[in-house]
Amino acid sequence: MSETVRAAARVAPIRRTLPALIAAGLVAAGPVRAADPIRIGVIAEAQSVAGASIPQAVQLAADEINAKGGIDGRQIQVVTYDNKSSASDAVRAFQRAVSEDKVNLVIASYISEVVLALMPWAARLKTPMITPGAASNEISVAVHKDYARNKYTFHGYLTSHALAQAVCDSAKEVLVEKLKAKTAAIMSEDAAWTRPLDAAYQECLPKSGLKVVEHVRFSPDTGDFTPIYNKIEAAKPDLIVTGIAHVGVQPTVQWQNQQVPIAMTGISGQATSSTFWANTNGGTQGVLFDSVALPGVALTEKTIPFGEAFAKRFGGAPSYAGFMAYDAVYYSAEAIKRAGSTEADKLVEALEKTDYVGTVGHLKFYGKDDPFTHSIQYGPGLMTSVLGQWQNGKQVAIWPAATANGTMILPPAVKPAVQ
Amino acid sequence: MIGLQILVDGFAISALYALGAMGFTLIFGVSGVLNLTHGALMVMAAVAAWAASALFGLGSYAGAAIGILCGLAGALVTYFAVVAPIERSRAIPREEKEIFVLTGTLLWGIMIQELVAYFFTDNPKTVLPIVEGVFEIAGVRTPRNQVFTAVICWIVIGLLWLFVNRARAGKVLLAASMNPRGVTLLGHDMGKIYVAVWAIYGLLAGTAGVLLGMFLGVSSYSVGPLTASAFSIVVLGGLGSVTGSLIAAYVVGYLETATAYLISPAYRVIPALLLLVAVMYLRPQGLLGRR
Repeated sequence: MSETVRAAARVAPIRRTLPALIAAGLVAAGPVRAADPIRIGVIAEAQSVAGASIPQAVQLAADEINAKGGIDGRQIQVVTYDNKSSASDAVRAFQRAVSEDKVNLVIASYISEVVLALMPWAARLKTPMITPGAASNEISVAVHKDYARNKYTFHGYLTSHALAQAVCDSAKEVLVEKLKAKTAAIMSEDAAWTRPLDAAYQECLPKSGLKVVEHVRFSPDTGDFTPIYNKIEAAKPDLIVTGIAHVGVQPTVQWQNQQVPIAMTGISGQATSSTFWANTNGGTQGVLFDSVALPGVALTEKTIPFGEAFAKRFGGAPSYAGFMAYDAVYYSAEAIKRAGSTEADKLVEALEKTDYVGTVGHLKFYGKDDPFTHSIQYGPGLMTSVLGQWQNGKQVAIWPAATANGTMILPPAVKPAVQ
Repeated sequence: MIGLQILVDGFAISALYALGAMGFTLIFGVSGVLNLTHGALMVMAAVAAWAASALFGLGSYAGAAIGILCGLAGALVTYFAVVAPIERSRAIPREEKEIFVLTGTLLWGIMIQELVAYFFTDNPKTVLPIVEGVFEIAGVRTPRNQVFTAVICWIVIGLLWLFVNRARAGKVLLAASMNPRGVTLLGHDMGKIYVAVWAIYGLLAGTAGVLLGMFLGVSSYSVGPLTASAFSIVVLGGLGSVTGSLIAAYVVGYLETATAYLISPAYRVIPALLLLVAVMYLRPQGLLGRR
C-alpha cells in the first residue's frame, strides 16, 4: 500500500478511501493527464496540539474543494507525514514527498526550526512550500536575501515581528488603557521564533506604554516554573507577556496553582487550541492570548463556518495553525487555477499574487522588496489578530472591539492594583 | 526568603523523587531487574488519571484511584509479558539475561510512550489536583497541592517501611532481597514473591506518577527523564539500598532546586549529573552501598 493510500485510509472513512485507491491506481497506471489529481504534501506535528490541526484542516479544505469539482476538474489529494517535531524526520518526509509521492506543493509545520531545515530542500527540489504556523523572521528574511534560490518558500503566517506588534497593539488598547498597567515582564521559551519576538517586544512594549522590567528566557524542557515566577514577581511587573508554543501546559498550570498575582498575556500557541482547557484541567482560566482567529468570532464570513465544520468532523476547535493551513489550501487552489499549471515557478508567481479573504482576514504576501518577503502582510484591513481569554472552558474574544464577544475577567489572584 | 523558598520547594520535589525511586530500587533489590519501563509506567498512570478526570469528568479522587490502578496493572503486565518470559527462556544464556531484561523493559517503555503520544498527543497533561489554593508562610507562597504531595509521599514511604520491617510478608521480601536461595529453602515460592514485589512497585510508581501529574504535569516526553532520574538516584544511593535512595533523592532534589533558584532554571539538572559522575568515579557502590 502506498503512503498516499495509507494516509487516506487513516483519515477518511471507507467511502472516501475507494476514490483514493482508484486515484492511486491511475497514478501508477500511466503518465500525467489533465485529470490527474493535484497532490498536496502535509508535513506536520500530528501528535502535538498546535500541529495536529494542520493535516486535519488541509484535509477538510481539500474535501470541500473536491466536493465542488476540484480545481479545473482535478481533485486534490492529500499525503500526510508526521514529523514528530523532528527536523530530520521532516527533511526525510520532504524528500519522499517530492521524489516518490510526486507532490506539487507542501504545507509544512508550525515549528520554525523545522521550516528552516526544510527551506534548502524546497529550493533544491524546486517545490513550493507554505508554512501555516512557523513564525521566525528568519524564514521570510532568507527569502528576501536570496530570492532566486528561496522563492519556493512561503511564510503563510505572521512573522515573530508582526506577532509582537499584534501583542503590543492589543496590550495598548486593553491592558494599558483599561487596566492602567504600566510595567511588563517578558517570559519566552528559548526557540528560533522567540529571538526576534523578544527583540520586537523590547521595542514595541515601551511604545505601547509598558516599561519592560524583567526578561526571562527559559529552556523548553523546563520542569518546574516556580523559580521563574519567583524571579518575575520580584521585579513587580503588572503583566507577564509570554512567547510560548513548544511549552504551554506547565507554565499555565503553575501560574494558576501558585496564584501568581500578575495577569498573563502574549503569544501562547497551545492556548489557541480548544484542547488546552482539558490538558490544563481548567488551569488556563483567565489566561489572555493573541491568536489569528477564534472559534465563534466572525473575523470574516468564513471564520465561523470553518470552525463549525472542523469541530463537527474532528471534535474540537482548530489551533491557530489549523486556520492558516485551511486558508493556505484555498489560496493555493486559486493560485493553481490562475497559473493553469502546477509547474513550480509558475505556481510561485501565482502564489505571490495571492489576494484572498480567508478565515483569518484578507491575505496578501509581502513582495520581493520587503524585508519579510513572502510572509503574510499584517495590518488593518489585512490580517490582524484577536486578543482572546479563556473563561470557563471557552475562548472569548475581547479585542478588537469590532469582533469582541465578551469582556475581560481577571482571575481573583491577580493584584487589585492591576484590576 | 529565597532560602526558605528553596527549603520548601526542594522538600516536595525530593519527596516525589524518593517515592519514584523507591519502587525502582525495591525491584532491583529483590529480583535484580533494572526496570527501564519505570518512567513510562509513571506517565501512563498520570495520563490515565488525567483522562479520567478531564475527559470523563470523574473527579479528582476517582481519577487518582484509576491512575494508581493503571500503574499497578502496567507493572504486572511488564512483569508477566516482558520480564518473566525472558527470565524463564531457555534460549537466552543465563549470563545474557540481564541485558535482555534491560533491553526488553526499555523497548516496552518506548512502546508505552508511543502509544500514549498516539492516543493522547505528546502535549503535557496535568492531573486535577485533590487540594487547591496556596499557603502563605513567612512571605513564601506555596501551593497546598505541593505540601499535599510531600505529605502523601512520606505516608506511602512510611507504610512501605512499616510493611518491610514489621509485617511478616514484608520481612520475607527483605529476606528475599538478601538471600533468595535461603528464602526458597524456607519453603517460600520465589515466583509469588516476585509478583508481590512487582505489585507493590506498581502501586508506588502509579502513586508517584499521579502526584507528579498533579504537581508538575507529564507528557510522553517525560518518560526518558523520569527513568533517568530514578536510575541516577538509585545509583547515587547504592543499587538496591532503600535508605540510600531516600538520601540520594533529597540530595538530588535540593541540588536541582538550589541550582534553579541560585543559578538558572535552565541548568537545573547539570550539577546533579556532575555529582553522579563524581560518585561513579570515587564511590561506585553509591552513598550507602548495597545493603
